[in-house]
Amino acid sequence: MRVWKFGDNINTDLITPGRYNLTTDEKQLAKVAFIEYRPEFAKNVKKGDVIVAGENFGCGSSRETAALALKACGIKAIIAKSFSRIFFRNAINIGLPVIICKDADKIEEGDEIEIDFEKGLIKNLTKRITLKSEPYPKFVVEIIQNGGLINFVRERWLY
Amino acid sequence: MKMGMTMTEKILSRASNKSRVSPGDFIVVNVDLAYSHDSTTPLAIKSFYNVADRVFNPSKIKIFFDHVIPSPNVDVAELHKKIREFANKQGIDVICEGVCHQVVAEKFASMGQVIIGADSHTCTLGALNSFATGVGSTDIACVYATGKIWLRVPESIKIRIDGKPRKGVFAKDIILSIIGEFGGNGLTYKAVEFCGSLIGKLSIDSRLTICNMVIEMGAKNGITEADEKVKRFVNGRGKSVVSDKNACYEDEIAYDASDFEPMIACPDRVDNVKSISEVEGLEVDQVFIGTCTNGRLEDLKIAAKILKNRKIDKNVRLIVTPASKKVYLEAMKQGYIEILLKAGAIVTNPGCGACLGRHQGVLAKDEVCLSTSNRNFEGRMGHPDAKIYLASPATAAVSAIEGKITDPRCYL
Repeated sequence: MRVWKFGDNINTDLITPGRYNLTTDEKQLAKVAFIEYRPEFAKNVKKGDVIVAGENFGCGSSRETAALALKACGIKAIIAKSFSRIFFRNAINIGLPVIICKDADKIEEGDEIEIDFEKGLIKNLTKRITLKSEPYPKFVVEIIQNGGLINFVRERWLY
Repeated sequence: MKMGMTMTEKILSRASNKSRVSPGDFIVVNVDLAYSHDSTTPLAIKSFYNVADRVFNPSKIKIFFDHVIPSPNVDVAELHKKIREFANKQGIDVICEGVCHQVVAEKFASMGQVIIGADSHTCTLGALNSFATGVGSTDIACVYATGKIWLRVPESIKIRIDGKPRKGVFAKDIILSIIGEFGGNGLTYKAVEFCGSLIGKLSIDSRLTICNMVIEMGAKNGITEADEKVKRFVNGRGKSVVSDKNACYEDEIAYDASDFEPMIACPDRVDNVKSISEVEGLEVDQVFIGTCTNGRLEDLKIAAKILKNRKIDKNVRLIVTPASKKVYLEAMKQGYIEILLKAGAIVTNPGCGACLGRHQGVLAKDEVCLSTSNRNFEGRMGHPDAKIYLASPATAAVSAIEGKITDPRCYL
């Protein structure tokens, strides 16, 4: 998995700017991801790549298109030191893994990594180090295991 | 002795049918009021039909058109059409008379409720003594389907503000100062309880401004106790809650209101807050007065007071967007709209207006905008190289006259 590295406070206006946030079509959204902030991103991102960022990833608006655009363009997971509350929920809800890792600084642009979701380990193959991620709360694990909130609600809350 | 509960914990325990809840608990709560708008509803409709055919209770759901209304192009018109079809089919009211949070405050909110909105600034409604928080489209779709949502009970932080603010200092300056201190990530996931003698002195409009911006520190909700002003404002709807004296807070911070100054949030972060003296004199191209932060009656009133018998600078566009139809009508009645128009303002229909960069005042490259809204992120209001500064309506009005960022105290 190849790493796209971002800094702190990456807000939803950078991920899917309001002026482009006019569709629910995933293919369209995939083209919009970071369209102005990092125009090369949507063009060059490959299925299975990961985003690694600093603090407060996804802060700002509640627009779920931000999480959906990243998922749609092939991003397999987002690793950050911390996430904004709403982005974290949105990503979990649509089945996009968001991983909290306080050592995210030890991963750089272009590094190759492997993620062991079960054990919560991130192997940086380029730097030959293994980093630990924070475990999810049990409730969140159940949503993830169901593949997102829709399936979870169908299984648990509707009979 | 048994530990008491905060207001937030009391509301969440009532709504989850538990005798008590504690920070860190994962609970499923019944939602009293749920809403979304033209920007978050389209994706929610898609998710909704994966869960259910009918909404749990159409009378507890409202859909607002506020982000981009009336539609400026075919793409937006198609989305609006889709939303109207969904709402009509489900028997949900569609409301086109202002920013969702403001209209909810005016018409639907009551004390002690759980309010879930598909917009990050839903936290505004905590000023009316409810637990109110923002979520995304899939979450709101599941609320629409089931009437329930899962929540983690947040830790509470108490912010006490006593004393009297000095001339030229408004609710916006106070909350900007606090955001500057805590930082954009400083209160992530927390419930922020505002108390102290200042809160009681503030109008409901000002309290809504303060709770509106807690999300800019990452908080889950902001909340204040219900005094007589709140009870009157909501026509006695709901049952008010107070925090127990022995409730547990993760942190308690106290401020003296007389220490605050007019403040300004500089590009491109809301927590990049400076005293106005540090940016005074910077030329502006556009001034925007409006939004769920500062588009209420008292905001238009102070702007009109300053702009009465004056003209805005010839190089500035002043855009005024009342937060709701009710605000607009009252501002007309009071003569504020006439004053603003005569001063040179463009007054738009109620809604989010220029805040999110899709219409009614989109910025060009390198332009500078002074806005009363809540976000100044890169590209928020138009070109990514445009710069957005956030301030109070008084600072905005004065700066529109001078053509540059100006301390409002010299006009008051």
